[in-house]
Amino acid sequence: MTKLADAIIIGGGIHGCSTALHLCLAGMKPVLIEKDYAGRHASGVNAGGVRQLARHVAEIPLSIRSMGIWERIEALVDDSCGFESHGQVLVAENAAEFDACRARVAELNALGFTHEELIDGPELRRLVPAVAETCPGGVVSRRDGAAEPARTTTAIRRKAEALGATVVEGVAATNIRKQDGLWQVDVGADSYAAPVLVNAAGAWAGRIAADLGEPVPVETVAPMLMITSRVPHFIDPVVILRGRKLSFKQFANGTVLIGGGHLATPDQDRNETVLDWRSLAISARTVFELFPVMRSATIVRAWAGIEARTKDELPVFGPSARHAGLYHQFGFSLHGFQLGPGAGAVMTELIASGGTQTRIGDLGIERFHSSTP
Amino acid sequence: MNTTARRESYDVVVIGAGPAGLAAATTAAEAGLSTLLLDENAGPGGQVWRAIASTPVTERDHLGADYWAGAKLVEAVRSSGAEIIHRATVWSLDRNLEIGVSLGGASFFVKARRVILATGALERPFPIPGWTLPGVMTAGAAQTMLKSSGLVPDGSTVIAGQGPLLWLLAAQILRLGGRIDRILDTTERRNYFAALPHAFAFMTSPYFAKGFALMRQVRAKVPVVSGVTELAAAGDGELATVTYLSGGRRETVPAELLLLHQGVVPNVNLAMATGIEHRWDDLQLCWSPVLDRDGNTSVEGIAIAGDGAGIGGAEAAIVRGRIAARAAVEALAPTAAARLAPMATFRGALVKAERGRIFLDTLFRPAPQFRIPSGDTIVCRCEEVSAKDILDAVAIGATGPNQLKAYRRTGMGPCQGRLCGLTVTELMAQARGKTPQEIGYYRLRAPVKPITLAELAAVPKTDADVNAVVRG
Amino acid sequence: MFKRSDQDSRRSVHIVVDGAAVAAREGDTVSAALLASGRDVRRATAVSGAPRLPYCMMGVCFDCLVTIDGVGNRQGCLVPVAEGMQIEIQKGKREIGR
Repeated sequence: MTKLADAIIIGGGIHGCSTALHLCLAGMKPVLIEKDYAGRHASGVNAGGVRQLARHVAEIPLSIRSMGIWERIEALVDDSCGFESHGQVLVAENAAEFDACRARVAELNALGFTHEELIDGPELRRLVPAVAETCPGGVVSRRDGAAEPARTTTAIRRKAEALGATVVEGVAATNIRKQDGLWQVDVGADSYAAPVLVNAAGAWAGRIAADLGEPVPVETVAPMLMITSRVPHFIDPVVILRGRKLSFKQFANGTVLIGGGHLATPDQDRNETVLDWRSLAISARTVFELFPVMRSATIVRAWAGIEARTKDELPVFGPSARHAGLYHQFGFSLHGFQLGPGAGAVMTELIASGGTQTRIGDLGIERFHSSTP
Repeated sequence: MNTTARRESYDVVVIGAGPAGLAAATTAAEAGLSTLLLDENAGPGGQVWRAIASTPVTERDHLGADYWAGAKLVEAVRSSGAEIIHRATVWSLDRNLEIGVSLGGASFFVKARRVILATGALERPFPIPGWTLPGVMTAGAAQTMLKSSGLVPDGSTVIAGQGPLLWLLAAQILRLGGRIDRILDTTERRNYFAALPHAFAFMTSPYFAKGFALMRQVRAKVPVVSGVTELAAAGDGELATVTYLSGGRRETVPAELLLLHQGVVPNVNLAMATGIEHRWDDLQLCWSPVLDRDGNTSVEGIAIAGDGAGIGGAEAAIVRGRIAARAAVEALAPTAAARLAPMATFRGALVKAERGRIFLDTLFRPAPQFRIPSGDTIVCRCEEVSAKDILDAVAIGATGPNQLKAYRRTGMGPCQGRLCGLTVTELMAQARGKTPQEIGYYRLRAPVKPITLAELAAVPKTDADVNAVVRG
Repeated sequence: MFKRSDQDSRRSVHIVVDGAAVAAREGDTVSAALLASGRDVRRATAVSGAPRLPYCMMGVCFDCLVTIDGVGNRQGCLVPVAEGMQIEIQKGKREIGR
């Protein structure tokens, strides 16, 4: 049986769920199709960073838009999502890196962005008391913070459902096609049809785009994370490094999350990853060079979520360059969690009114098809 | 004490030196394969033959003939040529058959062409009110202390639960002069009828005569209350009393020590973290790996033997260890395999060793109220999450153990679900009207045992790092 | 709670528990030695501070977590005692960097 909806969203990550929620807020009835369950992959198992800091200029407007939603996330989804705003700090480990920080902040200021702020050594140590003495300073984005990813994605999905979205889990969308002027997909024995199709399928979105004639240079990656047992509180902001792969934060419950982008080997078809312990060892070494107090903390679990990374490490976000009614929202390249709430809002504006005030022009899929007129 | 393995790779790595692991390592090494046996304990024997090479209990009758039977296997493995490393904690195993091992505060990796997991069993969670109180332990814990340190209870002691181990432990405690005030038998009366059709096979099994002799010995010295349908521990900061209901009569007895036992279940953590497929066993009420007749798992190159493959007891574990090892020899050194006893011999021995198992599984199938708690009873000991907390999460949308983590931190503490996983699965299945198989289990991840950051930081660098240095 | 069997003729090993001398036996695990000591060796959990003692004694429950020679969160039931070993009972979250 074919069921009609206002929009079909493929993918139950934070992006698909957020778009579903915002479409509902705009009075539409979307159906969201998730082959596993909402938040099963990267959206449920990422580091939870809510970060405007150190983003590519092209996605800063979307990130700022999203930050405004994060700050009222509880009112939006009836759950705090574990969101806490203690700032994010980028640490320069030497003079050269500190110079690069200064140049970056100046560049952003010239463009009119003020969220990043250069900090000297004393301010760095005030914000991050445990950091190694040798670090000359860094950059802070004070409104940034962190949230609990699985809880957030689950809360957004739950609110979307409460507002009328249909969420179908455990069955993949297949046979995606445009027929009789509508997008149609098969989901098990059912079919759905809608004038709008949103491709928010994360690591699986590249295949969908390619099948619809819009191939994108995108690969499947699995950034690794590890978490420690509970230790006494010693750090508030999220810390990232300028020169090395590391992100570091302590949850309110005392556990410390260590990430930064070292990759596992993904097995997309098995929903599995094989961890690379030698790379995690690099993260471990980096952590205790920076935070010697962490040496005796115990690691209780390590994992990796499967997601998509584009060639230029920017998302594919906006209308299709080829098909009316098709929208892409994927390829967030290891930094899509913070963008989720804002991307759903902007996507809804694109769908409902054909445009948005938020500058997203450089994120469109057409950038990969420069030969296409 | 050695600090690493002698080689970087082996034909066969066996994990666990209980009955299955000892037999497997011996068979593989005797066939000429390079064999490494990794074990977490200070000496060989696993749990059933715990401390067999070092126990202070010198009166052999006190531990019983089944215990001392392990000595032969220990002797065999020691002369087999297998490399044996004790106090080695395996914290990672992946599809590439690379094994992360922690030893003496440092970690190393070894590769294997075949891995035989012989990680055995653990005691089924027994989530009653107050089971986290100091003074409440598993029966197996008391047995471990008895075997390895000659320690026996000397204050007011209650043993509660069911199953063969419970009676064996009680007999051992009494022989060593320990104190037991009361035994509370939770075996469901209806189980006796359910088990009856399997009784004949059991009566011809080696367990039958031994089991009844033990029960007689214990009953002669300790009051036994049967048909216990409710059980609770209470106390302020430590155990003070045990309350139980039997035949409509509720009684509270003072106790300093409560020993709980309702059978054992496969220790699946390492196997699951490796990605090996498991399924719910409706009779044994636990997850068991999906195996072929040689013990091979869904992951190429990895086999499971012993109670980790499904509870079968020590005799069966020995045979399953030999079968898995023989299959490894067939694959890696076919000519050597020809010199081993034929597979058919092992399969015949396995049938004999498993005789009577269905009777035991049916008779000692734990009652629902002792598996699926309610209210404030703690389910997840590490994160201190109650049954009510979990049901509340189900009510607002948690559909399975992994989704539950987004609501409650169940299974995310250091024990990684070993003490709550089965309870969470059954509790959620009951609440949602689904089967445990449909509800599923935690996705487990390495390290299956915590390692310190310093230890991880010290592991060998990546190939890429090494290459960079060479190029530079 | 527990007493030693009179068959036990193992050599004594001396350990230090929160500053106090405790006699154990060679081959005891730290947890067994603590339980045999008769001292109050309850730890407090990192979550609520609830008191706990070892539960499984076979390395699966993590209720025996203890600081051994300065390293926190060790599984006391898996570590054999050694002469002069320094044991601290953990109260709440294990301090790091000590």
